[in-house]
Amino acid sequence: MEFAFTEREEMLRKAVREFAEGEIPPKMDAMEETGEFPMDLLKPMAQVGITGIITPPEFGGVGMGYVARTIVLEELGRVCAAFPMALQVHHMACASLSDFGTDEQKKKYLPALAAGETMGVVAVTDPSGGSDLVGTKTSAQLKGDTYILNGRKCFITNSHLSDFWIVIAKTGEGAKGLSAFIIDKDTPGAKLGRKENKFGLRGANTGELVFDNCEVAKENLIGQEGQGLTVALKTISETGRTGMAATALGILQAVYEEAGKFANERVLYGKPISTLQAIQFHMAEIYTQLDICRLLNYRANWMKDQNMRCDTETGMAKYYTCNAAVDAAKKAIEIHGSYGIMKEYAVQRLFRDAMVTVPAGGTAEVAKVGIGRAALAPFKK
Amino acid sequence: MNRIIVCMKPVPDPKHWDKVSMDPETKTLKREGIPSVMNPLDKHALEAALALRESHGGEVVLLSMAPPFAKTTIREGLAMGADRAVLLSDRVFAGSDSLATAEILAAGCRWIGDFDIVLCGNLSIDGSTAQLCSQLAEMLDLPNVMHVTGLEGTAADGTLTIIQKIENGYVTLASGFPVVLSVRKELNKPRYIPFTGILAAESKEITMLSNTDLCVGPECIGLAGSPTKMAGLELRKFERRKEKLEGTVDDIVKKLVEKIYQCGVIEC
Repeated sequence: MEFAFTEREEMLRKAVREFAEGEIPPKMDAMEETGEFPMDLLKPMAQVGITGIITPPEFGGVGMGYVARTIVLEELGRVCAAFPMALQVHHMACASLSDFGTDEQKKKYLPALAAGETMGVVAVTDPSGGSDLVGTKTSAQLKGDTYILNGRKCFITNSHLSDFWIVIAKTGEGAKGLSAFIIDKDTPGAKLGRKENKFGLRGANTGELVFDNCEVAKENLIGQEGQGLTVALKTISETGRTGMAATALGILQAVYEEAGKFANERVLYGKPISTLQAIQFHMAEIYTQLDICRLLNYRANWMKDQNMRCDTETGMAKYYTCNAAVDAAKKAIEIHGSYGIMKEYAVQRLFRDAMVTVPAGGTAEVAKVGIGRAALAPFKK
Repeated sequence: MNRIIVCMKPVPDPKHWDKVSMDPETKTLKREGIPSVMNPLDKHALEAALALRESHGGEVVLLSMAPPFAKTTIREGLAMGADRAVLLSDRVFAGSDSLATAEILAAGCRWIGDFDIVLCGNLSIDGSTAQLCSQLAEMLDLPNVMHVTGLEGTAADGTLTIIQKIENGYVTLASGFPVVLSVRKELNKPRYIPFTGILAAESKEITMLSNTDLCVGPECIGLAGSPTKMAGLELRKFERRKEKLEGTVDDIVKKLVEKIYQCGVIEC
């Protein structure tokens, strides 16, 4: 068994950390204030390889795989979690096209995504909810060679930042009644809806997409008609959940660092509060949570890189890491005392950001349904 | 452009300087457990070399004198875009001061051969002597320009245009080849390591050379070749000076204004 990162992975972490610490902090105040993602950093991120980390080299990417992607997202999240949030959804678009797109679709869209010419979007959730995929209301009716889409997608990350969207819509009934489409934003009948005003991950754009008799050519179908549920579940499970978990992992690392620094600097009773057992217990719990989550995350992504089935493991990593990030951030605020709820201190932002990762990309409860199924499978009679 | 050599020194990561301690016996820094990074100004030198290569072609070779563990840091330079590296590593080099290091690096430059420019950082953040570049140029018997803040590739007449920072301004110089330059951070913004560079660096060559290859006289290297003798080493303590101004409000303000003038914050 091997738990160490390779020299390549260590250098990747160092390279991303240098980029994140060098480029992101000057943007963060404006991101918090305006809720806008700094699109001027998209091209620099592409030049480094962040946008194309999982895209195959023949389509302009780096093709370094999912463990590498997790390192990238974790390091970005350590500095500002809105970045991995936006990028993990971008990667979802890359993954769904790589896995299910035609050669023409891959040639048309993947290089643009890798080069940072646009953000990637995967729009699954309807206003009726994202957990009940089969209950999707947004419809696509085939008329001749054109699908007519009607409906609304909500809570869509990068909605207002992309030139095209990957949209799941209903083309029939039941599990085989969903299909995935590529929709260029200038398609007649495709509109941008409202931008959401979140309390965390503020710099990641979230909004609505509206389809009003939106005509989409048949060749924009990803995979076959009726394959939409497979496209959505595979993309969410392998790329979305791992991406959200890595985002939360970055938050956890930042929480650990902020709490540790403060505990050593803050003096009470004539000595740093890190000498107090109550604080040591908090730090021990944060440190343990960080380690558990790191192991869960990298194991799940290693399995993905080995082409092993990993939906249970990605579910465990997602639900556990997001909850742990919230819990650890709360402890860090407690370590900070009243300073912890002041805007000048990072821990309040980390807590808000961590909270947003909990429902985003699939709730803990939905993940647990799958995990529970796997847990009970050996006992099934 | 034929070949550019970039001298690169692994130094203790400044983020961990609070963990660096001193050995009172040897009067040297204890670096155990402190990760190494590329000397920050060497990154600017490498960036300048890569930019020159992009506009004028040629090859960029990293040159370092360090223990074998420096390979990891050298690999970062290769990932940034250098073509290959030469690592000068031998126990007999241990204890070399800047003069002895310059002797060894000069031998390394001659071993690589056929170069147009040797680029260095102006100083290293650990030793901060800022002597090496000039010493290296002297040993190679080449012209030397320090404090380079601007560098433009060969003009039609085959010269290099160099902007050098001097005490109260800048001078623009023209130089032929070969030349030894050391750069300031104002020169450029080093590129971030591209992920494709990380993959490419894995197959780039790092040539390890010992003094058997370089044949520098034993009297010129290591402690024997180092005229610098460490007289002492102590930690400086920085404390805020405190002075309480007393009297009426008017008196205090008057004294405070005088102090501000004395400090040179405001000119009379």
